[in-house]
Amino acid sequence: MTSIAAPGSGEATVAARRRRYMERKSLVPLLLFLVPSLVLFSIFVVLPMVDAAIFSFFSWNGYGPITDFVGLDNYADVLKHRNFGTAVRNSLIVVAVSLLIQLPLAMWCAIALAERSIPINLLRTLFFLPFMLAEVAAGLIWKFVYDGNYGLLPVIGDSLGVQMPFVLGDKFWVIPAIMLVITWKYFGFHMMIFIAGLQAIPSEVIEAARLDGVKRWQIVRHIKIPMIRSAIVISVFFAITGALQLFDLIIPLSNGGPSHSSHTIVTFLYQFGILRMKLGFGGAVSVLLFIACVIVALAYRRILFKVEQN
Amino acid sequence: MTTTSKKRRPVISALQWLTLLVVAAFVIVPFYTTALGGFKEIGELRVNPFGLPASWDPVRFVEILGGPRYFSSLWNSLLIAVGTVVLSTLVASMTAFALVHIKFFGRRFVMGYLMLGLLFPAATGILPLFIKMRDLGMLDSHWGIIIVQVAFSISFAVLLFHNFFKELPKELIDAARMDNCGYVRIYWYITLPLCLPIIATVGVFNFVGSWNSFLLPLIVLNSEAKYTWPLGIMQFQGQYGSDWPRILAFLTLSILPAMAFFLLAQRYVISGLTGGAVKG
Repeated sequence: MTSIAAPGSGEATVAARRRRYMERKSLVPLLLFLVPSLVLFSIFVVLPMVDAAIFSFFSWNGYGPITDFVGLDNYADVLKHRNFGTAVRNSLIVVAVSLLIQLPLAMWCAIALAERSIPINLLRTLFFLPFMLAEVAAGLIWKFVYDGNYGLLPVIGDSLGVQMPFVLGDKFWVIPAIMLVITWKYFGFHMMIFIAGLQAIPSEVIEAARLDGVKRWQIVRHIKIPMIRSAIVISVFFAITGALQLFDLIIPLSNGGPSHSSHTIVTFLYQFGILRMKLGFGGAVSVLLFIACVIVALAYRRILFKVEQN
Repeated sequence: MTTTSKKRRPVISALQWLTLLVVAAFVIVPFYTTALGGFKEIGELRVNPFGLPASWDPVRFVEILGGPRYFSSLWNSLLIAVGTVVLSTLVASMTAFALVHIKFFGRRFVMGYLMLGLLFPAATGILPLFIKMRDLGMLDSHWGIIIVQVAFSISFAVLLFHNFFKELPKELIDAARMDNCGYVRIYWYITLPLCLPIIATVGVFNFVGSWNSFLLPLIVLNSEAKYTWPLGIMQFQGQYGSDWPRILAFLTLSILPAMAFFLLAQRYVISGLTGGAVKG
């Protein structure tokens, strides 16, 4: 077959040879480029999740062989745990406050700050500053603000003639107090996402509407907000996943207290799984959290897909 | 002409300005009182919370700067952050390069596999991760933290590099291949120099994440000498209880270098957040 030199086949063999050459030549770089990330990712990201699922069916304190199979007992323990319900409730409150207070605030600021001028640029940077701050530092700053003896809150109380409670030591007030810190810390982040969306709207669209005499808030409602739908979807996604993994901010503020009333899912995992080295129990919490995250991510993909279709 | 200029004039309404000022006060006051609190005596905090301190005595700041903890914890954080940024940039850009430019079987699968990391937060598997690090002898070491942070940064970094590499002109790579230039050299001499903007974005993003990270060092590090600054500040606060002037001074000093850096680098953070998120 190959012995007959038909016109064109020479080129074909050259091409084939070159392709073989390229394949041989690309194997080494391919391994060099892919192996480090695949190995690191598999060992430290994927395997721990698999381990968590395995641990969740055993009773294990982290030492010696894993033999004590307990079936679904760990899951039952987690779901029956009196503080797990509180932790889930608190995480849901964070989601609700993010969606109902933080995002509207971010949107309100973004609509004003999407314009371009020097004072506006300064405000934008200022509002983004808390997001850049480490959660631990933000938590400590607000622990001071809320301090019942030396903080700002009792001072405000004095000037109003009210005795302010020690909010971080109060089972009821600790939750609103944390929510205020979360809003302070993260609204600037959502605002930036919205601003990026708003600035991508072609100015002719807004200009045309303005010339047609459309009122400012109608432009916002019927043009601006619909046109940055995808930014809103992203922002909602970050708000939900952020709420599910909230940890750093809680530890300095309230450490989950008083009497375990302000735990989130991750501080609950830390308090009752990690500190007590209850691998099975912690594994069950991890699996439940993982399932929640996957559901959110899949739902988000569906919604994003729909938004892109429209 | 006159109508457009007339309509343009009020960029922001009075109500908007008013709320912006209220929000600005809400954002500033905690920073402001923290910065000044370090100069005040503890009794002064309650009497004079918003005003300037009675005297600008920097005694607490001097004491902290002269103490053993402050610089060592910042240095540890810096080492870990730089290590994470360098390794993550290298590993993720190589992988994204292979995924974009080298045709191989299972390419889509590898990309999908690496994107799994975007599904769930790092904290989810933290307990088995701790066991894994213990078994591998990685506890109480900065390297352990760096390696794990690199692993967790891969998904997002590969995504950003992947999106960027796809936009680069293919002709450059093809021309280099015609000249019998190997992939490693193409990567190093052609692609990397072209992707400095995205390196800056990924780098700053990972730097901020590493600099601020708390849960992983909290679980991994035991020796005080190895503490990063978030651990150091938590320990300091635990030690001094409610000696707020001292804690506020420590807080101010810890935040200051980061804030200066962030003000310079914030546009990269923002482009990483919005660009990466919107495309992803």
